[in-house]
Amino acid sequence: PNIQQGRQRCIYGEVSPTEAGGGSDSPAPKPAASPPSVPRPKDDFQEELVIRPLHSGDIYTSFQFRTLWETDFTRENKVSHYRLFPKSLGQVISKFSVRELHISFTQGYWRTMQWGQPYLPSPPGAELWVWFQDSLTDVDGTWKELTNVLSGIFCASLNFIDSTNTVQPSASFKPLGIGNVTDHQIVCTENLTPWKKLLPCGSKAGLAVLLKSEKLFHSSFHSQAVHIRPVCKDDQCKTTSWELRQTLNVVFDLHNSGQGKNEWSLFKMFSRTLTEACPVASSSKIYIDITDNSQGEQFELSPATPLLSQAVVLGDRRTFSVYDLTQQITFGTMRSLNLLIRGKSSDMLRPLLHAERYVAGYGLQTGEIHTLMYNNHPYRSFPVLLLDSVPWYLRLYIHTLTVTSKGKDNKPSYIHYQPSKDRVRPHLLEMLVQLPPNSVTEVTLQFERALLKWTEYTPDPNHGFYVGSSVISSLVPSIVAMDTNNSRERPLFSSFFPSKEESSYFVRVYTEPLLVNLPTPDFSMPYNVICLTCTVVAVGYGSLYNLLTRSFQIEEPSPGLAKRIANIIRKMRGVPPL
Amino acid sequence: MKIHHFLSLFSTYFLVDGVNIEDRAGQFFSSGHTNNWAVLVCTSRFWFNYRHVANTLSVYRSVKRLGIPDSHIVLMLADDMACNHRNPKPATVFSHKNMELNVYGDDVEVDYRGYEVTVENFLRILTGRLPPSTPRSKRLLSDDRSNILIYLTGHGGNGFLKFQDSEEISNVELADAFEQMWQKRRYNELLFIIDTCQGASMYERFYSPNLMALASSQVGEDSLSHQPDLAIGVHLMDRYTFYLLEFLEDIHPASKTNMNDLFKVCPKSQCVSTPGHRTDLFLRDPGSVLITDFFGSVRKVELTMETINLTDPIEQLESAESGELQKEMHTYADQLPVSEIIHQKPKQKDWHPPDGFILGLWTLILLVFFQTYGVKHLKHIF
Repeated sequence: PNIQQGRQRCIYGEVSPTEAGGGSDSPAPKPAASPPSVPRPKDDFQEELVIRPLHSGDIYTSFQFRTLWETDFTRENKVSHYRLFPKSLGQVISKFSVRELHISFTQGYWRTMQWGQPYLPSPPGAELWVWFQDSLTDVDGTWKELTNVLSGIFCASLNFIDSTNTVQPSASFKPLGIGNVTDHQIVCTENLTPWKKLLPCGSKAGLAVLLKSEKLFHSSFHSQAVHIRPVCKDDQCKTTSWELRQTLNVVFDLHNSGQGKNEWSLFKMFSRTLTEACPVASSSKIYIDITDNSQGEQFELSPATPLLSQAVVLGDRRTFSVYDLTQQITFGTMRSLNLLIRGKSSDMLRPLLHAERYVAGYGLQTGEIHTLMYNNHPYRSFPVLLLDSVPWYLRLYIHTLTVTSKGKDNKPSYIHYQPSKDRVRPHLLEMLVQLPPNSVTEVTLQFERALLKWTEYTPDPNHGFYVGSSVISSLVPSIVAMDTNNSRERPLFSSFFPSKEESSYFVRVYTEPLLVNLPTPDFSMPYNVICLTCTVVAVGYGSLYNLLTRSFQIEEPSPGLAKRIANIIRKMRGVPPL
Repeated sequence: MKIHHFLSLFSTYFLVDGVNIEDRAGQFFSSGHTNNWAVLVCTSRFWFNYRHVANTLSVYRSVKRLGIPDSHIVLMLADDMACNHRNPKPATVFSHKNMELNVYGDDVEVDYRGYEVTVENFLRILTGRLPPSTPRSKRLLSDDRSNILIYLTGHGGNGFLKFQDSEEISNVELADAFEQMWQKRRYNELLFIIDTCQGASMYERFYSPNLMALASSQVGEDSLSHQPDLAIGVHLMDRYTFYLLEFLEDIHPASKTNMNDLFKVCPKSQCVSTPGHRTDLFLRDPGSVLITDFFGSVRKVELTMETINLTDPIEQLESAESGELQKEMHTYADQLPVSEIIHQKPKQKDWHPPDGFILGLWTLILLVFFQTYGVKHLKHIF
């Protein structure tokens, strides 16, 4: 039997009594009467796929699956009837009084300069941010239990998250939350399998049939995430409903998956084609970004579609070709949809904000962390909030912190620093820096490497230790007016970060994680030392002991056989031997 | 005469039928277990130990195919080979040369990965003594009617098995863990398979009842790997598990093959080492133990023709519309409220009483002071 994990479905319906076996006179069973008023289902599921050909020939695909549910998890009587919303996550929300939860698993690093800005940023490795309800008192205990439960649901090693690598930032990640940024994790099919099982249609219908792990992990960048948060039900925002977004972003490489040809199709990327939309989805669409292709000179799209849509996303007005999977004509006569995109995309807009980080210095004693933030806007400056969480075994010297832009000192308008405590909590550094236009801002910080206790080393300590990515949050000025009306008719990819004002949009950039080597002892040392010591002791002491306690005697060589027999006879006679 | 003939025929018919019923009833109650669990452990790290992960995954695949669900399998892999950056075909782990069989598949749930595979965690799973916040998928929730299959692979020696190149488990510890399981009634019957060098040494010390053990090599012998693959660059599988997988691919949930066939898997001509087994602690005869008793999850099903009347259909209650209570207006929080941040007051930290070090320091200072200047000053204080 195919037993599915992590989710139970309540079968919602009526069962009519079956006929008893053989020879009864009862009339044929009639369908049971439907209940007097079928309540309107309070949950809604939408799925979409956005495909954006990139300037370098790679292609960026972003899946978003959103389930909206009008319910109240904080009510006294527990929620027990789950339809589209997965039960495992619903139970997590109600048991741990979670107000908002964001968890992402990423393999690879997002190359902002080559690929532009992603629709949903994520750092390499695993990241978990949680906001709890105000009514929760024991945050630390609940955090520990929550990470264990999530590590069971997603088959990830989140149980290594504890107080030594968790931070509570004061300014970034509004509203205040508790979080852990990127423990190094390998993301593989075992993380994708439970993620797929959370979807209402699983991986059997709709866009999720394209999610085959062999193709998805053979890519330059792969990121899957789950975001749970309350959203406004309508414009007045008097009540909230719960929103669950599952996102998956993949960037396929031109040479690895594309075999060097500028021709992409659904079959080439995912080794599958689409045959139907998810039956429980209220909307199922594919958007292809054709902004740079207004006259069709750059790349060609087939099958052609008349539907077009415009959306303001990431500060730019983009045009999209839309394929609506809920309409049968999209699939054509072949009953399957295989999109074909031939050609290259033109030069893309240079991203306005981008960041890099690296470790400088030599040796295993000290080092320096350099963070570079680039502001590519020609005349506007904007503030950025830099959040750095450094593990305690890199001892930071905050008095060496320097922030320079264009060679001059740039004093941050807000600094919050929480020093680390050995084996208890990491360093937390938050700074609000104003980036001057068209410049590079460099933040440098010196540190010293600590020597760990021998039980604290991992089984492969010579690989090095990871330092999580820095998070840079910023309100970047946008070219076109952003849409501040947060009604629900917008496509999903443009409605993740709600905009409050029209002139700027919110952007979050993650830097690379760092890999530092700590002074590592030679773990074979005890064995070698014991062998050497025992040998020296045995040889030295043994020889000395023998010399001191051995006495030497002169011994006659043993006589021949005849003499021995004669000696025996003489002994018997009582006569002294020869 | 005719009546006599008829009567004898009648009686033989009844006798035969009686024997059949007894037979069937006997078969129904023969094995005595109601559920199956599997604990599959790979203890080696690093890319060149690819074959140990492939070993474990091929047993996982067979066990899943024969019916044990993911909720009843605890899979521990000490390193990730499928998405390892050195793997030329990501998200795959192959067991055959020329990439014939991908044992990793598309539907795999690894419960313990990477650094979590330690001796302590393994023993805690077996004995059930896990911290309370451990999720269900990481627990072995067996009872006294469970048949458990335990498969270990990695690098081992005479009397020990190495975990991740940094610690080891000894055969005495393992035997004691099984005895704890027996005392706490955590298994009905247990099959222990180990594929390491000198594997037979690991089951030498068992002393609990209802244990059957198989090993890929005797003490003093090395278990060898099967074949390297030139595209991937490492050995893909160990010989014993390779032939074990071939044997298991022929088993289906209704097959009647028994343990004696399993003991014959991989003779010395194919394996180069001599596989061994131990059945003296097992109460039933190995010839009567089916392979599916441990590798599969075959349920006994009883068909019934009774009808059951369900009660009235379920109606969803309309929750009382609490429109009158509430509602303050909710708004989306500002993602980067610059002015708020700049004018933020630093958080008032809770006052903690001074801890031991500070108290001790002050006591020392006071003592030295009063010693220097005379004790008579003390009485002014007290």
